[in-house]
Formats: sequence, structure tokens, C-alpha cells
Amino acid sequence: MTGTLLEIEELECRFDGLTAVANLSFDVHAGQIKAVIGPNGAGKSTLFNMIAGITKPSAGRIRFDGNRLDDLPTFRRARLGIARTFQNLQIFREMTVLENVMVGHHKHGNASFPQTIIHGPALRTEECVFATKAMDILDRFGLSAKAQLQAGALSFGQMKILELARALASEPRLLLLDEPVAGLPHAEADQMAEIIATLNTGGMTVLLVEHNMRMVMSLAHEILVLNNGMRIAEGTADEVRRHPEVLAAYLGEVADA
Amino acid sequence: MGTAALQLLVAGIGTGSIYALIALGFNVVFKSTGAMNFAQGEWVVMGGMISALLAGTFNSIAIACLIAVLAVAALGMLSERLVIFPLRRPNALLITLVSIGLAIFTRSLVMLLLGKKPVGYLGFSETTTLTLGGISVQTQTLWIVGLTLVFLAIMHVFFERTIMGKALRAAAADREAAAIVGIKVETTVLLSFGIAAFAGALAGAIITPLTLASYDQGAMFSFKGFSAAMLGGVGSLPGAVVGGLALGLLEAFGSFYISSNFKDAIAFAILLIILFARPSGLLGRADIVKV
Amino acid sequence: MAVTPPPIAFPASRPLPTETGNPAEPAVAPGRLSIATAPARPTGQWQLLLLWLLLLTIPFVAPNAYVVSLANVALINLVLIASLNLFMGFGGQISLGHAGFFGLGAYASGILNVKLGLSAWIGLPIGALVASSSALIIGIPALRLRGLYLSMATLGWNSILVVLFNRLVALTGGPNGLLGVQPFSFAGFRFDSQLLAFPLVWLASLVVMLAIRNLLRSRTGRALRAVATNELGADAVGINSFHTKLLFFVLTAGMAGVAGGLYVHINQYASPETFDISSSILLVVMVALGGSGTYWGPVIGALILTFVPQLLLGYEDAELMLFGLGMLIVLIVFPGGLARVPEALMRHFAKSKRP
Repeated sequence: MTGTLLEIEELECRFDGLTAVANLSFDVHAGQIKAVIGPNGAGKSTLFNMIAGITKPSAGRIRFDGNRLDDLPTFRRARLGIARTFQNLQIFREMTVLENVMVGHHKHGNASFPQTIIHGPALRTEECVFATKAMDILDRFGLSAKAQLQAGALSFGQMKILELARALASEPRLLLLDEPVAGLPHAEADQMAEIIATLNTGGMTVLLVEHNMRMVMSLAHEILVLNNGMRIAEGTADEVRRHPEVLAAYLGEVADA
Repeated sequence: MGTAALQLLVAGIGTGSIYALIALGFNVVFKSTGAMNFAQGEWVVMGGMISALLAGTFNSIAIACLIAVLAVAALGMLSERLVIFPLRRPNALLITLVSIGLAIFTRSLVMLLLGKKPVGYLGFSETTTLTLGGISVQTQTLWIVGLTLVFLAIMHVFFERTIMGKALRAAAADREAAAIVGIKVETTVLLSFGIAAFAGALAGAIITPLTLASYDQGAMFSFKGFSAAMLGGVGSLPGAVVGGLALGLLEAFGSFYISSNFKDAIAFAILLIILFARPSGLLGRADIVKV
Repeated sequence: MAVTPPPIAFPASRPLPTETGNPAEPAVAPGRLSIATAPARPTGQWQLLLLWLLLLTIPFVAPNAYVVSLANVALINLVLIASLNLFMGFGGQISLGHAGFFGLGAYASGILNVKLGLSAWIGLPIGALVASSSALIIGIPALRLRGLYLSMATLGWNSILVVLFNRLVALTGGPNGLLGVQPFSFAGFRFDSQLLAFPLVWLASLVVMLAIRNLLRSRTGRALRAVATNELGADAVGINSFHTKLLFFVLTAGMAGVAGGLYVHINQYASPETFDISSSILLVVMVALGGSGTYWGPVIGALILTFVPQLLLGYEDAELMLFGLGMLIVLIVFPGGLARVPEALMRHFAKSKRP
């Protein structure tokens, strides 16, 4: 698969005199894993929120598969094929694990309202398909034994996987992962990284924000480094690792002190 | 302005001050719990009725009112300890529902103990009416406005300058952070109930000479207070004042110039318009309201 | 002083078991405040039908017409509480105006009958439509507002309706009420007693309960619960939160309108005070006491609303006080509502069994 899936052009975000993101431009190509890194306050979350549709950019354009996203609300972007996970987990804790994933399929459902009210055959078929697909995904992630548990009963690591499972259920073309391994112990972080790598091998395009350097360096095809809302480097792990400005941004305060 | 308009202005400011006090009480509880306190109006009623009860015993009506207001404040705190404090996992809706139960219970208790008959007493001044600038003004109205201003000033100082007041604001803004720095959230909730009951009872005590107090007025006071708080911007002290005055004036002018038949509908229609056009109210911040 | 108010945490939705039928295990709900964390008992189609079959015996076993009338009242209350529970308990929203939609359905159908001689069979659906339409109009601006503001908007709307019911005397009969409403009739046969009206109410309430059950067991129901639990998460999977809330607001208003149509043609009368704010508030209380966000909670709520006042009749003035006291005790001891008590007890005993 080739082609540019996501185009960010001259994106800016300013609030109350503070410029969180300034004149940022980059692309995400179909089939790649691209990571966005940078010190705290570099603008990564703001960038993510603008792509997801939660924050409105002050200037610039975002194109997904050639279409401008502009004022599209979050749920429409999700329907276009952008799925995301959240840094501070937004799963449905009071619903079961299976239901959480089934909700992911929402946009694929089209049983009519009358069918829903009478629980007719079309609805029953739809429910069956959703449940089967959801169980398949849970199987892949080793969570199928927990399908009937309330999502809130899972461990933190399992919840992160669940959120990823839910995102996958919507059959997206672009996965936006917001700190997918934050707060996870070593082993689970590695497991998550493996999951992401496997998904990518299967053709999924991934844009992720992360602080965990080990994971980023080994996983990402391309890395974008932000500092103070601006790009200071972009390239492969090797290129970025050696880039003087990147080193300065991360170590600068210590070196100067 | 014609004399009619001036008269309405004075009346509006009078009732507006009462609404401002009730709205203030509402805001204080709302900020510390997130709940709509339906008992707020019952405290107003209690302020008036207990003052009437004590008016016979004491020489000065003002003293009777003061004691009554303090008693209601104490009762407000007692009810917090009895029905709010025991809640294992308090959340805004649960507290709102409990306040409804409290309101129902309190209203019927007042009815049983103090009777169904409306009660009242004379105003704080010897003379009941003055003529100022060509219009007749009830002296009690002047007392209402004056006492409200004093109370608002005290509240302002309390919240801005005292440790306890700042602790209340901190706990209202972020329970967990406040707990971490050593503020006992349970105490702040208790205190906010006390303040709200005080404000409500004060409103009841000072309006009774003009309107009489009866056990079933509570719901109406509560709703007017909620509306005033919304109008001004929920959660802000100046908002309670602005909202209260606005509601009072709107009612006064609306019932005279538009129609007294549909007076209540006007107040609610205006509330709806504000909610839809500018839900954060006249003074509130716009970002906190929409989903 | 302009401190921002704390965010309102309204009750989250309760999970229903999936088609496989296993009840979900109770969870620890870290950080999130909600009325209760225990899931509701599994809904069973057979339990519902069995219960309704039992209800069918009422006309035969009831000692007098008064008991039958109570049954009618209870079933109409059930429609009201169950529909409100769908929007509030499962949808996590708050409406203090449900009785207003009840009233719109009643007055619309009643007025069409009295003024135009329109049959109740046509009037009832029209009444429900009127209620739904008003919910649509008021919902579009109101549902963009959060918790507290939505509740005030619905309260305001209900208040305006009551003023209209009272003041548009030529149309509604004013405070004295709408008189002379004809009952349901078919080919000359009039359903003009409580006994004859019972089958109609029985059927309507069954249809509503089935509809609610089916809605909850579908993608639409899951979307509602997702929006109630976590709107950010719902947005992220492509759910249009606003449309979902609006859909259920309109639907449940329509159900209340159906209750209104039933009410007005059975009682052949309607008066404004039945539909005022205190009724709306009482309905909210019943949803909570029964068990907000559970399927069977509304049945308990309807039983409480209908029969507790009967039980307290002997106490006269203390009636309300006892009711308020009872309400406080239930809310403090069983904040999840009475429908969740069996689970809570089971968990309690399971815990104490462990060494």
C-alpha cells in the first residue's frame, strides 16, 4: 500500500497568547508507523487533539486520504476511518469487555429502527455478526476469557489493550495511539509494542505519541520530533538519534545547568 | 421614568435581593457538591416561620429573626450530617435526590409543627412606608436591600480573605487536590450547607413582613433561586446578585407591562432563552457548559 | 468570585448481559463516582411475559373496581417511569420535565376528542406525536447543554406547559380541567370502566416494556449507554452523541405521551396539576428508588408510586413526612435503588463466606 494517508499542512494552534503548535507540516504514509516525540509541553497532545477533532486549529489544514478534515466533529472523523486511543483511557467501565468492543463496530451497523424495536431477524443477525467479530478481536488479544467481565474489573494493562481492541473494531485505516504504553510495566509495554507491530505488518497505518524511547526507536519507521510546538527533526530512528537539535532539546537544560 | 416604572424598579430590586440571597445559597452548595439543592427553598420558609414563632417572645423583631436565622443555619448543618455525610459514594445526582427527600421531609415537618396557616410579623422599622422621590417605598424593602448588601459583603470577605473561605473554594474546585493539601472536604460541605441555610433563612426572615410565610412556599423559592443562579451564571457570587436582580426586575416589569396572567411563563421563557443562547449566564464562563 | 463549578457526575449506565446470558461480574469502579457499581439482574423475556400473564388475572381476582383502577394507575406509572429510566438511567441524562410530556399527550388527545370528536384510537398516537415533536424542538437546543443546565431547561419547559394548561382556558378548561373526554370505543362498544380499560393499559405497557428491552439489546441501546458512560469514548468510535441523546429524548417523550393518551381517555378528564414540576420530580425520585439504569427498577418504582401513598393514607398529615423519611433511608442505604438489592446481598454473602 502506498500513498499519503494523512497530510498536515502549516498547522497552528494558539490559545491566549501561547503557541502550542506552530507552522507544522508533515505526512503520514499508508502502511507506516510514525511516532511523534518531544519533551513535555512540546505540543504533542495538542497535535493529536487537532487531528482527532477535539481542538480546533488556529491555522493550517489537515487532510485525510485527500479530504479536508477542517470542522468535521470527532465522530465523523471516526466514521471516515480514523480510530484513536486515549492517554487516560476512555473505555466504558460499566459495560462488559465484549460490549466495549461491540460498540467499536457501531458505524457498521444499519439495522432499521423498526427492526430494532421488534428485535427482528435483521437486528438479530447484526448482533450476531458484531458479537462474533468482537470475540475474534478479543481472541487475538487474549482477552476472550474476560469477555463477560465489567471492563472496570480489568487491570490497567488489559484496559489499554481493550481500548485498542475497540479502536480496531471500527476497522479503521489510521490508528492514532496516544501514549499506548504509558504507565505499563516493561513486559506489558513490550507486548503492546508487539501487537502494534503485528497490526502494522497486516497493513495498518499508525501515528503514535510516546515517551518510551526504547519502544519508539525499535517500532517506528519514521520519527517526528517536536519542541515548543515546532518540528526540530524528522527521519528514521538512526537519523533522529544523532540529530544535534534533538539531543539539545532533551538534554539541553542539563548540559547548560 | 414614570412613577409606575420607578415603583416597579423598587419592587424588582426588593424581590431581586431575595432571589439573590437564595441564588447565593444555591451556588455555595452547588460548588461544593455539584448538586441542585431542593431544600434551599425550605430554609427560606423556615427562616420566615421560625422568626414569626419567636417574634412573640422577644421584644425586638430583629433579635427574633437573628436567632431564627442562626437556628436554621444550625438545622441546615444538622441535616447535612444526617443525610449527606452518611452517603458512601456521594455524587451530584444522589445528593440532589437526597435534597429532594430532605425538602419533602422538612416541608411536612414544618407543616406539622408550625401549622398550615400563613404567619407574619411587622417590619423592622416603626414606619412601614416612606415617600421618596414621589413614590412610596416600603421601609422593609430598604431593610431587605441593605441587609442583602451587608451579607454579600461579608460573603465576599469570607471567600476572598479568610482561610476557611479559600478552603471552601479549593474544595469546590478540586476535591482531591484539596484533600491532598489537608483540607477536609467533609467539613467544607458541612460549612457550605450552613452558609446556604443561613442565606436562605435570612431571605425568608426579611421578606416575611411583606409576603407572609407559609409552609408550602418552599418549592417556588427553590425554583426562583435556581433560575436566578442560572441567569447570572451558576457558581459565581456576583452572578447570583446579577441573576437575582435580573429575575426580580423581569418579573416586576413583565407582570405589569406584558401580562400578569402569564407572568410565570415569562420568567421561565426568559430562563430558557438564556439557557439556549448563553447557558453560562450573564457572567459565567462560556467554556464550561456545552458538551 | 468566579470559580468553575465541579463537573457533574451523573449515573453511568448499567450493563446488560449479552445474548449468551451470563450476568456480568460486579466491578471495582476506580475513581468514577456513580450511584452503584453492581449490575442489574439479567432481563429475561420469559420473566416479562410471565409477569404480564400474571397481571392478566387481575380483572378476575380483584375484589372491586377500585383495585383494578389502581392496577391501571400502576401500569400507566410504569410507562412513565420506565421511559424516564431509559433516558435518565441508561442514558445518563436528566429530565425534570417528563410529566410535561405526559400532559401534552393527555391534553392533545383529550382536546382533539372534546373539540373535534376525534376517536381516542387516533388521538392517542397524535398525542404521542405532539409530545415527541415538542421534545424534538426543545431537545435540539437543550441537549447540547450539560447535566444541570439540561435539567433546568426541562424544568423550564414543563413550567411553561403547566402555565399554558392553566391559562388557555378555552382550549384546556383551565385549572378546573378538561371535561367530557370520551373513552376508547369500538363499533359502539365503549371501554368506559376501569375494568374494560385494563386490557388496553395492559397491552400498551407490555409493548413499551418490550420496546425498551429490544432497544437496550441493540446497537442503538449500546450507543446510548456508551454516550452515558463516556462521551469522548463514544465519539471516538463514530457515535453521534447528540443524535443518540436526541433520539432517546424524543422516543421517551413519545412514550410519556402514550401514557397521557391512556390517562385522559380512561379518566375522561385531565387537570394541570397532574402534570406539574412536582410530578416530574416525583418521577425522577421513583426512577432512582427503583434502581436507575436497571430494567426492573421501574416496576418497583411504579409499585412504590402507586401503592405507598395508599399505605400511608391512614397517617394523614404525616404521610408526606413518612414518605420523605422513607425516601431518605432508601437513598442512603441503597443508593443503587431497590432493584439492585438482591445483587448487593448476594455479593455481601459471597464475601463473608470466604475465609
